[in-house]
Amino acid sequence: MSTATTTLVDYDEAVARFDPVIGIEVHVELGTRSKMFCSAPTEFGAEPNTQVTPVSLGLPGALPVLNRTAVESAIKIGLALNCQIAEVCRFARKNYFYPDVPKNFQTSQYDEPIAFDGYLDVDLEDGTVVRVEIERAHMEEDAGKNTHVGGATGRIHGAEYSLVDYNRAGIPLVEIVTRPITGLGDRAPEVARAYVQALRDIFRALDVSEARMERGNVRADVNLSLRATPESPLGTRTETKNVNSFRSIERAVRYEVSRQAAVLDAGGTVIQETRHWHEDTGTTTSGRVKSDAEDYRYFPEPDLVPVAPSREWVEEIRATLPESPPIRRRRLQAEWGYADAEMRDVVNAGAVELIEATIVAGAAATAARKWWMGELARTANTEGVELAELPVTPEQIGELQRLVDSGRINDKLARQVLAGVLAGEGSPAEVVASRGLEVVSDDGALLAAVDEALAAQPDIAAKVRGGNLGPVGAIIGAVMKATRGQADAGRVRELVLERIAQD
Amino acid sequence: MTAQTPAAGRTGDLTRRSAADLAAALRAGEVTSVEVTQAHLDRIAAVDGAVHAFLHVSADDALATARDVDARRAAGEDLHPLAGVPIAVKDVVVTKGLPTTAGSKILEGWVPPYDATLVERLRAAGMPILGKTNMDEFAMGSSTEHSAYGNTHNPWDLDRIPGGSGGGSAAAVASFQAPLAIGTDTGGSIRQPGAVTGTVGVKPTYGGVSRYGLIALASSLDQAGPVTRTVLDSALLHEVIGGHDPRDSTSLTDPLPDLVAAARAGQGGDLTGVRVGIVDELNGEGYQEGVRARFDESIALLAAAGAEVVHVSCPHFDYALAAYYLILPSEASSNLAKFDGMRFGLRVVPTEGSITAERVMGATRGQGFGDEVKRRIILGTYALSAGYYDAYYGSAQKVRTLIQQDFAAAFEQVDVLVSPTAPTTAFRLGEKLDDPIAMYLNDIATIPANLAGIPGMSVPNGVSDDGLPVGFQILAPARADDRLYRVGAALEALLEKQWGGPLLDRAPELVAGHEPTHALQTEGTPR
Amino acid sequence: MSTISREEVARLAALARIDLTESELNRLAGELDVIVESVAKVSEIATADVPATSHPMPLTNVYREDVPTEPLPVQDVLAGAPAAAGGRFLVPQILEED
Repeated sequence: MSTATTTLVDYDEAVARFDPVIGIEVHVELGTRSKMFCSAPTEFGAEPNTQVTPVSLGLPGALPVLNRTAVESAIKIGLALNCQIAEVCRFARKNYFYPDVPKNFQTSQYDEPIAFDGYLDVDLEDGTVVRVEIERAHMEEDAGKNTHVGGATGRIHGAEYSLVDYNRAGIPLVEIVTRPITGLGDRAPEVARAYVQALRDIFRALDVSEARMERGNVRADVNLSLRATPESPLGTRTETKNVNSFRSIERAVRYEVSRQAAVLDAGGTVIQETRHWHEDTGTTTSGRVKSDAEDYRYFPEPDLVPVAPSREWVEEIRATLPESPPIRRRRLQAEWGYADAEMRDVVNAGAVELIEATIVAGAAATAARKWWMGELARTANTEGVELAELPVTPEQIGELQRLVDSGRINDKLARQVLAGVLAGEGSPAEVVASRGLEVVSDDGALLAAVDEALAAQPDIAAKVRGGNLGPVGAIIGAVMKATRGQADAGRVRELVLERIAQD
Repeated sequence: MTAQTPAAGRTGDLTRRSAADLAAALRAGEVTSVEVTQAHLDRIAAVDGAVHAFLHVSADDALATARDVDARRAAGEDLHPLAGVPIAVKDVVVTKGLPTTAGSKILEGWVPPYDATLVERLRAAGMPILGKTNMDEFAMGSSTEHSAYGNTHNPWDLDRIPGGSGGGSAAAVASFQAPLAIGTDTGGSIRQPGAVTGTVGVKPTYGGVSRYGLIALASSLDQAGPVTRTVLDSALLHEVIGGHDPRDSTSLTDPLPDLVAAARAGQGGDLTGVRVGIVDELNGEGYQEGVRARFDESIALLAAAGAEVVHVSCPHFDYALAAYYLILPSEASSNLAKFDGMRFGLRVVPTEGSITAERVMGATRGQGFGDEVKRRIILGTYALSAGYYDAYYGSAQKVRTLIQQDFAAAFEQVDVLVSPTAPTTAFRLGEKLDDPIAMYLNDIATIPANLAGIPGMSVPNGVSDDGLPVGFQILAPARADDRLYRVGAALEALLEKQWGGPLLDRAPELVAGHEPTHALQTEGTPR
Repeated sequence: MSTISREEVARLAALARIDLTESELNRLAGELDVIVESVAKVSEIATADVPATSHPMPLTNVYREDVPTEPLPVQDVLAGAPAAAGGRFLVPQILEED
């Protein structure tokens, strides 16, 4: 870590003088119930080594059998990315020794991916659409997890030993590889982020993965190179591994642009290597140098037979594909009547699904947006979490809004009810009941308060009686105060006017 | 015989009887499985000190199975035809609760937590497992001299090799320590030991017997099969272990042909209308004179039984050995990568320098693997490495296609192909140990079947001038394993009629406690 | 002509993670040379028009349904481990990071 390059070229200056080219490899863990090649369960967070069979443990004699659902999910992803689906493809063995790889080879597709030659149109925040070309999407298996123990730094180099858990070994992965993405200029970091976000949305829409970044369901490796001009040949690239949040993807690209520019400015050459992203410092450090010694000795996996998805099966799968997230967004925007800027904010906040579900739960589109982009967005921001992580469901927001619409609570009370829900006090109806927040709808009680207010402010009462309705608000305010806000202001106004008319 | 069993007085020597006979006697209530099993355990105790066919004898496990089968039979349960007949299992097959080493020091002490599919099927059939048999380390070899646990000796001449890699299974059956055994055949490891020990060995069609639980040598070549003293016994055992297994992706879904019926049909000795092809490339230079003489006599018998005998040419067979010694090491180099001292088996920690996972792996593999294993892993690593793949592994796979085409063309003309199983009789222990190429040539006639995935059988067809047994190989098209049994049983019947009994009756008696006197005799324990 | 040098054997042994002694390196270099020379003839007939065969039987599309089953009991998983701690396999420190 100490050797990290500290001199950086300012980002804007770097992109003014160099043309960045990015390439992104995304691994997504499929949400199948069993593993890629055996029937071991895939429950997240289970005790170590309790989700393994002889196959996922790589025991002598064990043999793999391919999970049909994993293949189907890979085809779904391929189709959603506008790829060709291979007529015939195979698995290969990628041979390398590493303790978290139980067989000391990874079973992976190599020169025959299941999907290839696709593209994804990525919407940027300002509405620009960038087409990212997909080279391939292939199936492979995940490795186990090492926990490094002992040593001064806790990092791998200082560790005295490692503990290995093979629960993750054999979880199905699909790796999606882009072609080099060129012509982005200073927008390279933004495009990298938006592309991975768009993939995440697709994985969720296809229901092939929970696609939770924080659990490592989606992992991105970012390749970056710089060249003098868009006409120059491609420069030497680095591969920054394990960038596991959207924000980090953007930061990592910016950092590598600045770092590589500094190397080139100093007359140096960029080394083709793996670099590690450090979330805490926002920097990358050198990992393994990619060299000729890296010889994976791929050969066709003899224990698995070729995968030849029939065209009928592919078309069946295609017919069940959900609407693509961008198209869906455009449709929803029209249905909901949001302005472009409003919709963009909703999308960027990750609130599309939340608002959709809130509307299903009975709220109007405007009200649903008001809650998620207003009160809840502020709360999420304060707490530093995503909207979806707030302890409130769209169904609860829908219920809350229905209470408002029915007049049982008003907007002010609704915010108190929401606070109760967020505090874990139960459903909106339960919070209304337990906190006693219902609007005072008993006209008798309200009339008493109105009479009291009129009597307390005779001057104003007189003015109103005289036909000047301007100061009526003061009477209403007094009533609201007396009822601690639990009155429906509209009803109070009606009662005040009725009273005066009776006089 | 020195090993008299308690039951011998009443039933004759149970260990001399075929599995089919034992099964009939068990069904008839003439003997119990405990008696049969104990008789074989006694025989093992008496002669295995000299033969060293077993790496592990599982007496308790075998007797428990035998008692269970006897109880179920007494209770009138409907049992499998081979229920109660004991069996020996090659140590490359994973057995839950029984040590499994594949003849390697790197797996010393490993007790698998699961059973191979074929072992599950043996257990389900109620067949007591007598123990695990010796073999060349990871099935790499043709003499069983590459076992980390010492040689197995040929019961016909204890100074000679029993073939390999499954020398232990063949020697156990040939020396009446087991009526049946399981072998595995990657390039001849069932058939060649069968030939040199005077036993029957069958390599089924690739995919015919599940590979789940076989410690893989070369995944696209490996196949488990029966090792027995009669063709009918092989058919009976083949039907126990064969058939589809959803845990092996390469397992065939076709139902097994009726193998026992084919063997019984063949015993009649009539081969009218059967077209037999002699493979010219597998019967010439390099084959011992006595081997060729016995082969020619067997051909004459088949012709006399009504078979139509023709010569066929398979021109690409000359390249089979070369292709095999690229494909096998390549696949093996990857299959054997899992033996690294991290999860199971031996772990060797370097005595000096830093202790890292990488260095422990290197030390474990350096000390845990024997010379032949290292040789083949390095060769396979070379054949797959960048820049060499196309010339070596890639080319070998193309040769494989050409050999399959040769077979396809030949089987358009004939029903079965035949050749000598091995070019020579059993050689002396140590004779070829320092000459890998000479050792590899033992498999020249058996390898083409593995490359093409077709079934093959070796049937004993006499002794050569040196008094040692030779084998006759029969090959059939994929999925037509029944043809092996029909022709094999016919040849066996015709030969035994001439001989007046089984060939193994001519093998020398083993004296209990006999120790071989040659230089390698001390290798009876793990090195 | 030697095709496999001692250095080449050392490189291959490192790739295959097998520690070899000096004498093993020397011996294997000689042996592999002979073996490679005799197997190299496959390229004589492996012309471009010949397809490669990786599987002896031409099967395709063999799948398992996505149904989990009982995993191995954790005590069986770790029973054969040279070292274990806290339900996990204990392995020496890992130098490289992938």
